[in-house]
Amino acid sequence: MDRRNIIIVGAGAIGCAVARELSRYELNITVLEKECDVAGGISGRNSAVVHAGFNNRPGSLMAKLCVEGNQGFEGLCKELDVPYRKTGKVLVAFDERDLQTLRATIEQGERNGCRGLRLIGRQELNDFLPGIGGIGGMVSPETAITDPFLYCIALAENALENGAQFRFNACVTDIRKQEGAFVVRTESGEEFRAEHVINCAGMNSDRIAEMAGVSGYRLYPCRGEYFILDRGLDQQIPMPVYPAPRAGIGGLGVHLTPTTAGNVIIGPSAEYIPQTDDLSCTREVMDQLLAEAKALWPAFDRKEIIGNYAGIRPKLAPPEEGGYRDFVIREEPDQPGLIDLIGIESPGLTASMPIARMVREIIGQRTELKEKAGFTVEHRRPVRFRDLSEEEQAKLIEQDPEYGEIICRCQKVTKREIRNAIENPFGAKSISAIKYRAWATTGRCNGGYCLTRIVDMLINEYHVKPEEITYRSSGSELFSGEVK
Amino acid sequence: MDRYDVLIVGAGPGGLAAARGAQAAGANSILLLERDRVTGGILNQCIHDGFGLVRYGARLTGPEYALRALQEAEESGIELLTGYHVIHIEAGAGSELAHTVTAIGPEGLRQIEAGAIVLATGCRERTRGAISIPGSRPAGVFTAGVVQNLVNVRNVMPGKNVVILGSGDVGMIMARRLTLEGAAVKAVVEVLPEPAGLSRNVSQCLYDFDIPIYCSHTISRIIGKKKLEAVEVSQLGEDGRPIKGTEWEIACDALILSVGLIPENEVAETAGVALDRKTNGVLTDPFLQTNVPGIFSCGNARRIMDLADFVSEQGELAGRNAVTYLRQEEMKAWDEARTSSMAKGFPPEGTVTCTMCPKGCQVKYDEQTGQFTGNGCERGAEFARQERTAPRRFLTTTVRVAEASHGQADETASREQAGDNLIPAGASRGPGLLPVRSREPIPRQALENAAFALRDVTVEPPVACGDIIAWVPDGEGGQAAIIATAELGK
Repeated sequence: MDRRNIIIVGAGAIGCAVARELSRYELNITVLEKECDVAGGISGRNSAVVHAGFNNRPGSLMAKLCVEGNQGFEGLCKELDVPYRKTGKVLVAFDERDLQTLRATIEQGERNGCRGLRLIGRQELNDFLPGIGGIGGMVSPETAITDPFLYCIALAENALENGAQFRFNACVTDIRKQEGAFVVRTESGEEFRAEHVINCAGMNSDRIAEMAGVSGYRLYPCRGEYFILDRGLDQQIPMPVYPAPRAGIGGLGVHLTPTTAGNVIIGPSAEYIPQTDDLSCTREVMDQLLAEAKALWPAFDRKEIIGNYAGIRPKLAPPEEGGYRDFVIREEPDQPGLIDLIGIESPGLTASMPIARMVREIIGQRTELKEKAGFTVEHRRPVRFRDLSEEEQAKLIEQDPEYGEIICRCQKVTKREIRNAIENPFGAKSISAIKYRAWATTGRCNGGYCLTRIVDMLINEYHVKPEEITYRSSGSELFSGEVK
Repeated sequence: MDRYDVLIVGAGPGGLAAARGAQAAGANSILLLERDRVTGGILNQCIHDGFGLVRYGARLTGPEYALRALQEAEESGIELLTGYHVIHIEAGAGSELAHTVTAIGPEGLRQIEAGAIVLATGCRERTRGAISIPGSRPAGVFTAGVVQNLVNVRNVMPGKNVVILGSGDVGMIMARRLTLEGAAVKAVVEVLPEPAGLSRNVSQCLYDFDIPIYCSHTISRIIGKKKLEAVEVSQLGEDGRPIKGTEWEIACDALILSVGLIPENEVAETAGVALDRKTNGVLTDPFLQTNVPGIFSCGNARRIMDLADFVSEQGELAGRNAVTYLRQEEMKAWDEARTSSMAKGFPPEGTVTCTMCPKGCQVKYDEQTGQFTGNGCERGAEFARQERTAPRRFLTTTVRVAEASHGQADETASREQAGDNLIPAGASRGPGLLPVRSREPIPRQALENAAFALRDVTVEPPVACGDIIAWVPDGEGGQAAIIATAELGK
């Protein structure tokens, strides 16, 4: 029996972080992902905040791993060339009771090991965020923002460079134990054998656990809707702005968050829903988001909205209980070799690398981990033309004239960058794969200018048939075929 | 640094006409910058007819109009630089100082000085994101202009069962276009009590093909997890919100949004040009000059206009005024009444919308007296008489270009390397399609068969605009000539 065979189910932030961490060692790692690309689920549908860890119950895994994750995130992003900005964050108090809550939040945060938390008055709030209402608030200087797509992509590509294998469009349908090893079957009928199965399946991790013979977990989908506002508004909202926490069903309240691309997002709502994959936005919640955003930010103008999306929190706490239950991260005593990671909701993105190290420790107890010679720590992503100086831009165009052809006018993405995205090492050619790598189609025209140009490249330069072009994974075909 | 008297940003109808206008006013040097490889802008994908009635007194398709506009600009001897995307304008202070334009293209970054600038940057479409339609976000939701480009230029069909939200002109035109290509257009849904676009398009794009339009309705929900499956349509109440209980579902695989156009002014903003915060259009004085002296704006970038002909007229004036500004002479004001004069909404019951000229007279026939009323001229009565007995339309569609000629992209590249940037409109449209039309209008009921007959036709380049490409049954026992409406290089 070869204990070095490992299957990771799910290529979200957790699965990718585990793959990257384990790729340091002499192990045979295979990641199985049902979507056509990384970050297809929860990991790509959140606020993209690197949390400081003051919201979580002292002594919980959530608190410990979040604080640890926050402190290591900047270094990790440097290693992997992922956008990261330590913006700090403000929690706004609207009344005396909120201030009381914030005092308690500071105390809790300090017990968790958060640094620099302090209360501020109206004047200082106004200095930080001139457009924001409220009587005062709390500042968290260690809170940061990142790009969750590029984070997952960098983790996965680095793991790939270090020998991990990724299988996309590989939905796990069955797991059984045979002669001491797991046999994991995917939708296409393919089977994979491994002594360890690491369940990083996010919203579906309860079902994966059940397939592997561990029943009793149940996840409750809790949807959060968001609005995306136009680029440039991060000048007005330079750091995440949250309302002071109030008792509720387990979100952090509707907040305003700048993104590393310069947009601002509004959300999320928190609503328990029956289905695990219903990513709809609803009129009622949209109205509520707009009203709450307006309360927090009186100058907010609806005209700045360029899109919306929804994400789903995989909650262990049922609706009647609300709030948070702690992460489950453990090897199942009744099913040795199965490592379950269940209920990894916020702050899962922040905590992903400490979670991966916990998984490594668990594996290390079962098998000797031998460090790989020649492990590559660093990863570099393709350049982003618009972030460069004019001198650097001119030099790039000289090297490759395709840097001189702008395909996405809103985000100033060049043809060469689209090509780099299309030629990603995972072979994902969906529009979303190009979108998250090159950041095309994400602007105010929603792809009105660049979509046809990208489609043209896919058809004429990559010989993809029109009816084969998908938005995301198979089943999301964009077109019915040729006109004639 | 190169310096020009007048620099024009954008070579659509406004920019091309501005170049001509500046030349006519006596500018010594004019540079026209276009980010695309071809000139003509959005006209290249507007393969339908209805252009040129005002400016050329002829019924032209978009590509034909674009070709004429380019020829006029070329005759005036301007310099044209395609494939260059303006990213920044540094406004000079005072009338003596020049503005500096930075553009990116395949040969690098270029900085160019200009005494005066005309911004003819056009518009973009309002999107789903901007109007926040509830529901899921599946594949299959597009804006009308994107669909127009996919269908008419890239040879890509968005779907077989289509619903259109919004009755803007592009949406209605695409309803007809998709019908002629074999799709079923299930409904056009409009939030206003009347269609938003021109009456002639209601008649010729919807009524001609029995496409239902639901006014005072909206799409209240988009349904489908990965791929669009259906839309939920609801009636709107007085408060502008859907009335619960009135909703029904229409199964479809494509939803097309024709919900408005927004002036595109990112370049203008870099120069400090003031915009109307409500419309995003450039604020100008009556002479089309912005708050930044020497920077002018025209066409859809300034205010969304109904007709390309008026865009051209305005562009021409902006080009002229740019020159008179440089000479510190008196500029001419734009006649705001030129912007829109055409009938919109439902054609009144029992009338026909005359399409002989842009006025769009609503002509009524009195059964008892046999008299026509409402027509501004005799042509209107004639048109209405024919509409009552045997209505005729131009067929506008595309044909495939032979596979062997797919090396066009290479040709374009080599021409660019040779420093020859004067590529005629249409020359490097994607390898797939050539726009065509019937030489004369054909009976309305013959349109679908004629379009169908053209599905098997393939052309070999070179093709000149106006060349006969094929003959199709005209529905009256004869054959109708189908002619190319764009050029196709070797």
